Formats: sequence, C-alpha cells, structure tokens
Amino acid sequence: MKLDSKIPAGPLAEKWTNYKASQKLVNPANKRKLDIIVVGTGLAGASAAASLGAMGFNVDIFCIQDSPRRAHSIAAQGGINAAKNYQNDGDSVERLFRDTIKGGDYRAREANVYRLAEVSGAIIDQCVAQGVPFARDYGGLLDNRSFGGAQVSRTFYAKGQTGQQLLLGAYGALSREIARGTVKLHTRCEMMDLVVVEGRARGIIVRNLVTGDLERYAAHAVVLATGGYGNLYYLSTNAMNSNGSAAWVCHRKGAAFANPCYVQIHPTCIPVHGDYQSKLTLMSESLRNDGRIWVPKKKEDAEAIRAGKLKPTEIPEENRDYYLERRYPAFGNLVPRDVASRAAKERCDAGYGVGTGFAVYLDFADAIQRLGKDVVEQKYGNLFQMYQKITDENPYETPMMIYPAIHYTMGGLWVDYELQTTIPGLFAAGEANFSDHGANRLGASALMQGLADGYFVLPYTMQNYLADQIYVGKISATSPEFDKAEVAVRERLNKLVTIGGDKTVDHFHKALGKIMWEYCGMARNTESLTKAKKLVSQLENEFWKKVFIPGTANEFNPELEKAYRLEDYFELAQLVIDDAMHREESCGGHFRTEHQTQDGETLRDDERFMYVAAWEYQGHGHPETMEKEPLVYEHIQIAKRNYK
Amino acid sequence: MKFTLHIWRQENARAKGHFETYPLEGISPECSFLEMLDILNEQLINDRIAHPVCFDNDCREGICGMCGLYINGRPHGNDDGITTCQLHMRKFHDGDDIWIEPWRAKPFPVIRDLVVDRSAFDKIIQAGGYISTTTGGVPDANTIPIPKHKADMAMDAASCIGCGACVAACKNASAMLFVGAKVSHLALLPQGKIEAADRVHKMVCKMDELGFGSCTNTYACEAECPKLIKRQNISRLNRQWIGALFGRDRK
Repeated sequence: MKLDSKIPAGPLAEKWTNYKASQKLVNPANKRKLDIIVVGTGLAGASAAASLGAMGFNVDIFCIQDSPRRAHSIAAQGGINAAKNYQNDGDSVERLFRDTIKGGDYRAREANVYRLAEVSGAIIDQCVAQGVPFARDYGGLLDNRSFGGAQVSRTFYAKGQTGQQLLLGAYGALSREIARGTVKLHTRCEMMDLVVVEGRARGIIVRNLVTGDLERYAAHAVVLATGGYGNLYYLSTNAMNSNGSAAWVCHRKGAAFANPCYVQIHPTCIPVHGDYQSKLTLMSESLRNDGRIWVPKKKEDAEAIRAGKLKPTEIPEENRDYYLERRYPAFGNLVPRDVASRAAKERCDAGYGVGTGFAVYLDFADAIQRLGKDVVEQKYGNLFQMYQKITDENPYETPMMIYPAIHYTMGGLWVDYELQTTIPGLFAAGEANFSDHGANRLGASALMQGLADGYFVLPYTMQNYLADQIYVGKISATSPEFDKAEVAVRERLNKLVTIGGDKTVDHFHKALGKIMWEYCGMARNTESLTKAKKLVSQLENEFWKKVFIPGTANEFNPELEKAYRLEDYFELAQLVIDDAMHREESCGGHFRTEHQTQDGETLRDDERFMYVAAWEYQGHGHPETMEKEPLVYEHIQIAKRNYK
Repeated sequence: MKFTLHIWRQENARAKGHFETYPLEGISPECSFLEMLDILNEQLINDRIAHPVCFDNDCREGICGMCGLYINGRPHGNDDGITTCQLHMRKFHDGDDIWIEPWRAKPFPVIRDLVVDRSAFDKIIQAGGYISTTTGGVPDANTIPIPKHKADMAMDAASCIGCGACVAACKNASAMLFVGAKVSHLALLPQGKIEAADRVHKMVCKMDELGFGSCTNTYACEAECPKLIKRQNISRLNRQWIGALFGRDRK
C-alpha cells in the first residue's frame, strides 16, 4: 500500500482554486451515463447525493432508517462554524483554519483544513437559500455564538436543533432530486459489502432490512458517508443504530483506516445512572457559553452531596471550584472538548465528583441572574426541557449534572485530498473519513465538515475520477466479484444465526463497551491497553460460542443487525487498541498517562509522531500493518497547544 | 416497579396481528420506556419465550422521529411534548397495565409488531416540501434579512420531526399538521415565497392521493405533537391553499 495524499502544489491559500481550475470535468451528456452509489443520508451523504444528482449523475442513495431525514446528523445541537466574520470580531478563513489545526493538536492535514475553512462561508449561504431557519437578530441578520477552542463568535445555530435544520435542508434538496428522478432512494437497506472489480470500487451488496433479501448495486463510484464508530463503546451519544460496519467492510476490502485511536469524549453529557441504560444524552457545548462548570472545593461537601445531605445551591460561592476558569483563564469554560473532559475526570477521580461520584455541575444561576430566565429559556429552552424530562430535575433551579461521554470519532477511512480512499473509486465523506479534525474536533465543526464534503468538495473531486470512467460503459452486477461477495455475506449471516448460545448480543456489546471505556477511554497506558487487548479477544471468543440470535436471516430481525455490527466492532476494537498502543504520545483526545506535563496536559512528541497512521487489514486475527503519512506544516507555526 | 404489558404482535405486513401479554418486574422508575422494552426483549430472548418485540428507535433523545408507540391510547404515551424514547417509567404507577400498539393509520402499514412504514411522509416532501436550489450560485446569507419573529415562527414550524404522531392521534388519520408545518416553515420565509402556491398545491394533492384523511379540526394532532407544533400552521396551510386556488401567480 502506498499513500499519496495528492495535495496540490502551490501556496496553501491557492491550492483549492488551482485544483478546481485544472481538474478534469465530465460533460453534461456523459454525466447521465455515469452511476454513483452514496451510502448514508446524513449531512455528508444527503448533500453529496443532492449535489451530484443536480449535476446530472445517476445516483442511488441508501440508508438503514425508514427515512433519510433520520440520520444521526439530526441530533447535532449546538451549531455550525463558518468564517463569515459577521460579528466583526476578527474572524477570517485563516483564523478558522488555525483554530481547527490547533484544536486538532497539530495532527490534521493542512491543505484539507484550509479548504474546509475556505468553503465554510458558502455552506451558510447554501443553507439559507434552502430555507434553514438560523437564529437571527432583531435587525433580521444572522446571529452567532461561541464554541470551544475559539475566541470569536462564528457559530451559526438554529435553537438547539442546528443539525436537524441543516439535515432537513439537505433532505429537502435530496427530495427534490428524488422527485426529478436523478436520485433513487433505498431506505431500510444496509450495506453489507463493497464489491471491488479489477482494483476499483464497483458496487455494493445490501441487505434489505425488511425482508432480509440481499441485493446488488453496481456503479462507477461509491461514496461512503456512514458516520463514525463511537458505538463501539456501547454507551455513547450516538444513535442506537449508528455503526462502523460499512466503513469496516471497506477496510477489509483494502481501504486503509487512519488514526482509529482518536476518539472524542464530550464533556457535557447526562451522567450514567444504571446498567439498563442504552445511551448517553448530550447537552450541547453551546451551554458552556453561559453555564459555569464547578465541583465543591471541599471534599466533605462533595461527600455530603453524594450522600444526599447537602444541595448544590447550599454551597456558598467561595466553596465552589470553577476548575476550568481556574486552570484555563484565557478560554475558561470554553476550552476544547478533550481538555474539558479530562479536567472533569481529574476532579472526579480526586474525590470531588457529585451525583454518583462521576458528575460535575453545569450551573446557570449566574446567567439567569445576568440575562433573566426568559433570555436563557429562549437560547437553551429545548435543552433544558430535554434535561428535565430525562432527570426529573429543573435546571433553572438547580445546576445540571454532567459527565464526559464518547461522542465522535476523528479517526476513519484514510482519504487523500480528493476524499478518495486507497481503493480507487471509493470516496469517504463526513465523520466516516479521518481528514480534517486531527486528534480532536472542535465543537460545531462536524456539521461544517459534513456539508463541505458533500456540497463543495466531492462534486468537484469525483468528476476528476469519473472523467475517465465514461469509457468503461455500464457496470454489471452479475460479474463473479458480485457473486463472490454475495455468497460471502450470506455465509456470514448464516453462521451468526446458527451459533445457538444463550446470551444476547447486547450482553456482549455492553461488555465490550465497558472494556474499551475502562482501558482505552479518556486515559490510556501500556498496561491498560495490554489488558484491553486480552479482554477483547476473550470476549470475542465467547461471543462466537455463546451468543444467541433469534429468528432467521430472511426476515425483519433487529437482533441479527446488532450481531453483525458487533462482530465488526470486535475487530475494530483491536485496531483502536493497537493504534493507541503504538502512538506513544498524548495528543488531543488520545491521552497516554505516560506522556503528560506536570500539570496534567497532553504532551506531544512531534519528532516521532507527526504523522497519520494508516492501517491495512491483513485478515482476521492477524495484526494490521501501518503506513505513515507524514504531516508537513508549511504554513502554520507548530506550537504547544495552550488554552491557559 | 412491576407492569403487565399488552403488546401488539404481528409477524409481517400480511399476517394477522394480536395482543400478547407479558408480565415484567424489577423496573427502575428512572428507566426510559424503550429501555424497559429492551429489558423485556432481553428476557424474551434469554428465556426463549418469543421473538423479541420489534420497535423502531434510533437517537433516543427525541429528535430523529424514528420511535413512535401508541401507549395506553396516546401517541408517545402519557406526557406532553415528548417522543416515546423520552417517556420514563416514573410516569406510570407500580402495577399498571400498559397497552402498546403501533401507529394505526392506513397510509402507515405495519412492517412487524410495532414497526410501521412511514415512507408516505417522504413522498409528500418529495412532492414539493423544499425550496428549489442547486448547490452553489446562491446569494450571501445576509443579503436576505428576515424579521426575527418570522424567522422564529418558521423555526417553530420547522422543528417537526416527522414521527407521525399527528396522524396516529387523528381519528381521520389526517396529515394536515405535518403538511401544515412544512408549508408554513417555507411560506414564512422570503426564500420560500417564490414556489409557495405551487408547493401547497402539490403537497396537499399528494397527501390526499396517499390516503390520509381530512381534517375536522379536533386538534388531537396538536395535543399529541412531541414538538408542540401549533394548529395555526394548519390555518396557514388552508390560507395558502385558498390563495393557491384563486391566486394569479399559480401556473
């Protein structure tokens, strides 16, 4: 495997312009003859399919839900970044680029990040034209707020439902193309395998989730926009059906997987409360604009609170430790997510946690006093309501309790500048690729990246690939490669339904999640990772002997869906652990306890680890091999990440 | 807590359905309704009693619109402004009988047990529930100022999650609140005005064609909407519809 990032020559600010000026194009008559498969209907998939369909390509789009509008992008709350500088507070493309590189702890590719910042403004224009109801000022112009890791207000938002509104915008554009006939929609369909013919991605095998039938689809190119693998940890902020399998089957077929150990842990989630719990609910980062995070200064106060003898509102100001404001005066409560998460863990591990001991307070008393309850309600009303419905506590009267939880995966399929994986013709967009966030993603940047990839990057770069494909004619779905792939999927499913053990899939998934959270979560070291590796292997062996999946492969069978996704998670978990083990430094979300400064901050090792780790699959049970893509910073000055 | 569950079981779209009764014990009041069903399924599988109960769910935080159960005669159960996944067992009494059914509406056929096919909603949106834009070539966002109260009203209408509770709540299985919300969201914005007349016409015709019933103004939809979408959106839909019939700007 040879990695070629295909970064265009020239100064950073001109690379994208130069690329667009010299790339190959496909003329309108030929676009009609080219077929594209898009898997996933979140921001990246829906925007890509809508854009490619409008250009004239034949697009087939697939999702596992009953409607494209339900993809997990819908749950993003806080906002979307764009370098519009509408607030006249010093923002620019250059500033957004620098914040993103620094936020990612200098582990992202300069050229991709610069392009992301460059197209960010156009995303907002596009969304407004679609009718996305962003928040506005009384003068009728767009409003902004701040997010972690930035000192400007560049985040556009629609109440606490920004992801929903952006996705409905893209869904509208997609629906229009479906009506025009350029895009064909396939709901309740899950991609089970990628079909590679003569080294190129030529189609997919999908399972119809209603009937269990396996179906074949052939195309000139495949776009994977299937999100991240956070559910590997079982408890996460991801939706129940979000999974890493589509990306993983591509990895098995030869697509390199980059930086799997970069997993984001979000600091503000509703804490765990019971073993039966199925997910953790995020409380938007935007709450940190006005909410102040604290724990009691005295251990005995924390103990009294945990015992139910003391209420947080009874603790006087001088006995509260606003630890983020104390440790990071420059950014305060708005430090990046990885920093805020570790700081919460540090306080709880030291015995200052509240609730079950694994929670800290997010307090709005100051904001309510300063702005009035009405203003706070207007800004965060739906989040407060959501909190109250889940916890039965009123956040207007008592501080919220929060704790970090798995939220996003920066790692993903390795892609070059064109968002093409190491398999020609297979592109990856949104959270499914690794490209823009380095070792930590800044808040409100996932929506930006998903839409940038779909609206403004793939429609250009895919043409560069497809220009040659006009000569190959229609791709057949009856070739031996399709036969082989379909048979393999069928065998895999039959194997699962015939195990006949006595434990449920969830039993194993919960156990895997606990191992990963405990030993490969917010803090990792050689010892914990060695342990994790052993435990995951044991658990996987047990799974193959003891799992029981009711029903057959030829019917609507959610238990079977969970089982094959979990099967992939076992392999993926091993890779996450191997990657975390090999990266003997701390950067962004990857915190190796052996590598930290005296005050507990991440300690990078730029000499040895300033590269992207791209892993190549070697067969089940065999250690993967790793290629390095060196990160070359021509434009930005490398510095220690400092938010103090 | 202890419950007696009466759950609609139906093997597939063609099979005949019926209620099955399952006792369930030891449920924490902090447990969500769907987590309670997870626990039931775990037991059904472990004790080989029956195939686990199929129900749609995904985000489990009230935004994806995937879940939707008819619980003791109310869509999304006995609480206001929530989806099924946000309902917690503390809203029930210990020892309660709980009746769980899928959405009952002709345009939403049952797929299995509590799972229904809501693709009719996608078809209504495809008929015109969008502003026609292609990617690129649009004006700068701030060249279209919109009065804040209009933008806020559009946002409230746009917060519909497409779960189908309005249809399930309606004795006529009318989709007027769903369609009204989308028509309103777009008609309130200057960008959406250009196609407004055509849009309302196409969406209403599609809604009728798909077999949704008529609105008789009982507003059960508004009472059960998890996102508290207001019935004024139906009035706006009607005004838009009449305007489209008699207006001069329609083709």
